[in-house]
Amino acid sequence: MKPNPSGLRSYTIIYLIFLYAPILLLPLFAFNDGTIIAFPLKGFTTKWFEQLAGSDQLLNAVKNSLIVASASAIGATVLAIFAARASTRYDFKGKGGLMALIMLPLVLPEIIIAMAILVVLLQMGLNLGLHTIILGHMLMCTPFAIAILTAAFQSLDKSLEEAAYDLGEDAFSTFRLIILPLVLPGIISSLLISFTISMDEFILAAFLGGTETTLPVYIYSQLRFPKAIPVIMAVATCLVAVSICLLIVAEYFRRRGIAKTGGKDTGGFL
Amino acid sequence: MTSAKPMIELKDVQKWYGDYHALRGINAEIRAGEFFSLLGPSGCGKTTLLRTIAGFEDITSGVVMIDGKSMEDVPANKRPTNMVFQSYAIFPHLSVEQNVGFGLRRDPRTAAEKQKAVDETLEMVGLKGYGKRAAHALSGGQRQRVALARALILKPKVLLLDEPLSALDKKMREHMQVELIKLQRQVGITFILVTHDQEEALVMSDRIAVMFEGEIAQLDDPETLYRRPKTRKVADFIGVMNFLPATILSEAGGKVEIEVQGFGRASIDADQVSNSHDGAAAVGFRPETLTILYEGQTPLDREAPGIIEEVVYYGDMTYYDVKLDGVTEPVRISMRNVFGREVLERGARTRVAWSSGALVLFR
Repeated sequence: MKPNPSGLRSYTIIYLIFLYAPILLLPLFAFNDGTIIAFPLKGFTTKWFEQLAGSDQLLNAVKNSLIVASASAIGATVLAIFAARASTRYDFKGKGGLMALIMLPLVLPEIIIAMAILVVLLQMGLNLGLHTIILGHMLMCTPFAIAILTAAFQSLDKSLEEAAYDLGEDAFSTFRLIILPLVLPGIISSLLISFTISMDEFILAAFLGGTETTLPVYIYSQLRFPKAIPVIMAVATCLVAVSICLLIVAEYFRRRGIAKTGGKDTGGFL
Repeated sequence: MTSAKPMIELKDVQKWYGDYHALRGINAEIRAGEFFSLLGPSGCGKTTLLRTIAGFEDITSGVVMIDGKSMEDVPANKRPTNMVFQSYAIFPHLSVEQNVGFGLRRDPRTAAEKQKAVDETLEMVGLKGYGKRAAHALSGGQRQRVALARALILKPKVLLLDEPLSALDKKMREHMQVELIKLQRQVGITFILVTHDQEEALVMSDRIAVMFEGEIAQLDDPETLYRRPKTRKVADFIGVMNFLPATILSEAGGKVEIEVQGFGRASIDADQVSNSHDGAAAVGFRPETLTILYEGQTPLDREAPGIIEEVVYYGDMTYYDVKLDGVTEPVRISMRNVFGREVLERGARTRVAWSSGALVLFR
């Protein structure tokens, strides 16, 4: 390594500490035998995890989150398959503008989307609940899913489809036998990323949930009670672990998909 | 192997892409069992024509008949054609034998019979024992063979090859050219090859259609195409052709009297006259139809004096650019380097033997 007179290396290290140290504190206090979140640590305990498992409200929130995340991931991925396929294979009028509009939720402030959807839903007289959170989360997740799937579809050589068609298959069996297996890693990666995004999402869930609470909303509501904080730490620890696992699996599938179709890695989330 | 019955008939095939006229009235008959090439520069419509026969492109008007049946409303997956793609389009997630056997999925034969067909086809293309390999682990030449086997296993009436050798290196390409010819003779299937490489077309084809700007400029066997190109453009595209300005003196009784700059007067047959009219009259001749005369040698027919401007040594051949007396542009002469014959120096005066039988008049 070359000498580093500008101190870029120390900057990088400080940056990473600043980014990840708070997250490392979560498991530390989750296993700490004390209700006050402060040093010095008191002793090792797993009682917060036991409390966590015994709380009906919490388990209900977890269940809700799992339902919402699964449904939004599947919904967003299905929509994204259509959009990615259309944008990579066909040329049509206004494609650029259309794709830009679809990708816009990536940069729009979430709170504005949440308020807008809430107003529309109330005007339409729809009841709020898990289904409305799912709708909101699909809107959030679809651009991510499209970004992943566009890459997967782009690395697919068009003549592969033509070859299958030429060898006697029809459009549907070509999709099933050739396209689907080749973009499957992308689909799995899209499902996992969407799932993770929906699982963590707070604003839309808080605005559109009505009486239903998802995990992030529940955690926020519990922060008012100091006694509940260690349990929240335990929940957060679990969440971080699950999120990291999901991201790693998603990235594994994305890379495998690119390698399989012989494409070049154009960068991903990890 | 060729018979007179046309396997493919193209009648006034037109293709428009919006404002772009890609195929401008293609008329051709491709005989059963022949090795036919579509040759032309990129963008001439040769690949479009091939894809039209395969059924990947709809035609704007005209008729495409395969084996006596109109292909209108017959989609690509129902046509008796199979294609070898330029990228080979090997399914990367399948093994070699799964690739080769892909088209047999709807075949009513038993699994054992299909396996036998796959093994036989792999052996035919020289990939015996490669069946279990992963497709993405193959070399370029092997992929090409898999693509061939996958298309041939269905015993199509016509095999379409879209620049199949362009991704291979020179040695491999020359090797595969010969293999493809042998394979075609063995299976007896009509092959249609798209290529931009004139040498490849000459080597492999029974007949060649030279295409420019969506039209067939000339359709002939390789020798006729090379010796009697109908237009200067065809002559330029296939091999090297020298041109010298000429004037027509008289035409009578199947003979044409011409005055050629540098050569002088000559009498040629009417069939040496190309019927196209593209610019000022000129005679064309191939570099190998000229011979440098060494001291004491006499020409078989005629000779012309000149000066050697450039010498290009190729090992087996030497190319001389000779400026004939009274001509501004040099002509290229190719001489085989026979043992004992010295390579001449630049700037030397020389005599060039030529023959009026080798001339083509463009007017």
